[in-house]
Amino acid sequence: MGQILKVDNINVYYGAIHAIKGVSLEVNEGEIVTLIGANGAGKSTTLKAISNLLHPKTGSIEFFGEKLAHIPPHKIVEKGLAHVPEGRRIFLQMTVQENLEMGAYTQGGKTFNEDIDGVFKQFPRLLERRKQIAGTLSGGEQQMLAMGRALMSRPKLLMLDEPSMGLAPILVEQIFDIIKELHKNGTTILLVEQNAQMALSVADRAYVMETGRITLSGTGAELAQSDSVRKAYLGG
Amino acid sequence: MLEFLSYLISGISLGSVYAIIALGYTMVYGIAKMLNFAHGDVIMVGGYVSLLAMTSLGLPTWAAILLAMVVCTVLGVIIEGLAYKPLRSAPSLAVLITAIGVSYFLQNSALLIWGANPKVYSPIIEGTFKLFDGKLPISYISMLTVSVCIVIMIGLTIFTSKSKMGKAMRACSEDKAAAQLMGINVNKTISLTFAIGSALAAIAGVLLCSSYPTLMPTTGSMPGIKAFTAAVFGGIGSIPGAFLGGILLGIIESLAKAYISTQLANTVVFAVLIIVLLVRPAGLLGKYVPEKV
Ligand SMILES: Nc1ncnc2c1ncn2[C@@H]1O[C@H](COP(=O)(O)OP(=O)(O)OP(=O)(O)O)[C@@H](O)[C@H]1O
Ligand SMILES: [Mg+2]
Repeated sequence: MGQILKVDNINVYYGAIHAIKGVSLEVNEGEIVTLIGANGAGKSTTLKAISNLLHPKTGSIEFFGEKLAHIPPHKIVEKGLAHVPEGRRIFLQMTVQENLEMGAYTQGGKTFNEDIDGVFKQFPRLLERRKQIAGTLSGGEQQMLAMGRALMSRPKLLMLDEPSMGLAPILVEQIFDIIKELHKNGTTILLVEQNAQMALSVADRAYVMETGRITLSGTGAELAQSDSVRKAYLGG
Repeated sequence: MLEFLSYLISGISLGSVYAIIALGYTMVYGIAKMLNFAHGDVIMVGGYVSLLAMTSLGLPTWAAILLAMVVCTVLGVIIEGLAYKPLRSAPSLAVLITAIGVSYFLQNSALLIWGANPKVYSPIIEGTFKLFDGKLPISYISMLTVSVCIVIMIGLTIFTSKSKMGKAMRACSEDKAAAQLMGINVNKTISLTFAIGSALAAIAGVLLCSSYPTLMPTTGSMPGIKAFTAAVFGGIGSIPGAFLGGILLGIIESLAKAYISTQLANTVVFAVLIIVLLVRPAGLLGKYVPEKV
């Protein structure tokens, strides 16, 4: 199991605000790694730093052994790192199909039909709504579209930022089933979640983040058993 | 009746020029979320370059137009790269002031290079087509202007709805960070938009000067403001909106000149704009997007 992502002691600032304080984490091939923590802990900021939407002041991020520091975000996708941002951020005025085409922007087009068929197999709902304007999809469908769009770039690592946010419990289950299935098919996943229980149940390994720092890490099962995690995130 | 028709036709022709300029305004606004007030002055540059290419360089008309388009495209991309790109995350007021500055810079540079005296433009085609035994003359340049405008509108619509680059442009105009996460080079896409808008401005310059053949450093200024008005009128950011807004504005202006008063024509144009915006704040075809709270 080779290492795919290595975040080494990064510090990220918003102006004077020190949002990420010396965070290190790693993701190995084939894993689901989850990053959990309360509101404002710095989970989204960490993912943005990995995608280079934000630039860490110090520390380094390596993807397949290559430092990402001077690579612009649009080039990082080409390297096989897909980021489904918080709040989904699909293109609301474009159709479902067009959103998926944008996901495949870095691909030559040769594998487009195969890839879109794969996404439609994973998310049959999207096939039904292929021509629909994305802004008119339901929350769950929008999340599926955001994930499908990311998969169109044939990612080696898929980063998901709170895919369960704002969804009804039954849809949360469905999204996590899909995450498990993607994992089974060989996709490596870095999952940010506030729903710690669900996240820990699917994760191989997990990191807990508090006010900009990683305070705890271990296997999903270990953390699910840990007293401090149970108290803080699993309701006792 | 024939008289009305002839005013209507000249309005549509004038409106087509506004529409071509407005398309550039609206595309740039859609993607860069800024009003490029220098856009009108690029028209003027297009006018001078094409005129000099035809007279001083003796180039054939098509080559002169092509040269004007190339010069304006390069100019537009340079303006964006030097003046606007460094302000990408600056407050919009700073960008607006910069755009006004660029506008004055272009006008004063033209003054320095070509002088203040109006130059007489040589229209790219002359002559008229006569309907109803010559009672309703339609100039060839009017017909050309309207046709060019329609072709451009259709071309841009197909480009933005069908091509990969065009769709990327729409993606950038909706959400730049998300577009980057798709692998779209946002800076390159913005440059491309300025390039297209400026090439259109060159065409507008040639057509405008062919209909109204005097050329001065301030020539682009008023049509620029009118076209901006047209873009807002139609719904800023919308391609069919810019087209519709431009044509309607031209018609209103032409009819107001004919039936109300030449001096009051602009007042009427802007009064109509204000009324439309009171009723439909997003313009005729614009989508009203409430501020996120
Ligand atoms: N654009 C910004 N400017 C200034 N501070 C910011 C900005 N974005 C985030 N922050 C701050 O950085 C910290 C981390 O924010 P971040 O969005 O990474 O948290 P999070 O763990 O993703 O939280 P949530 O679970 O609520 O999404 C917070 O204290 C937040 O207030
Ligand atoms: Mg977050």
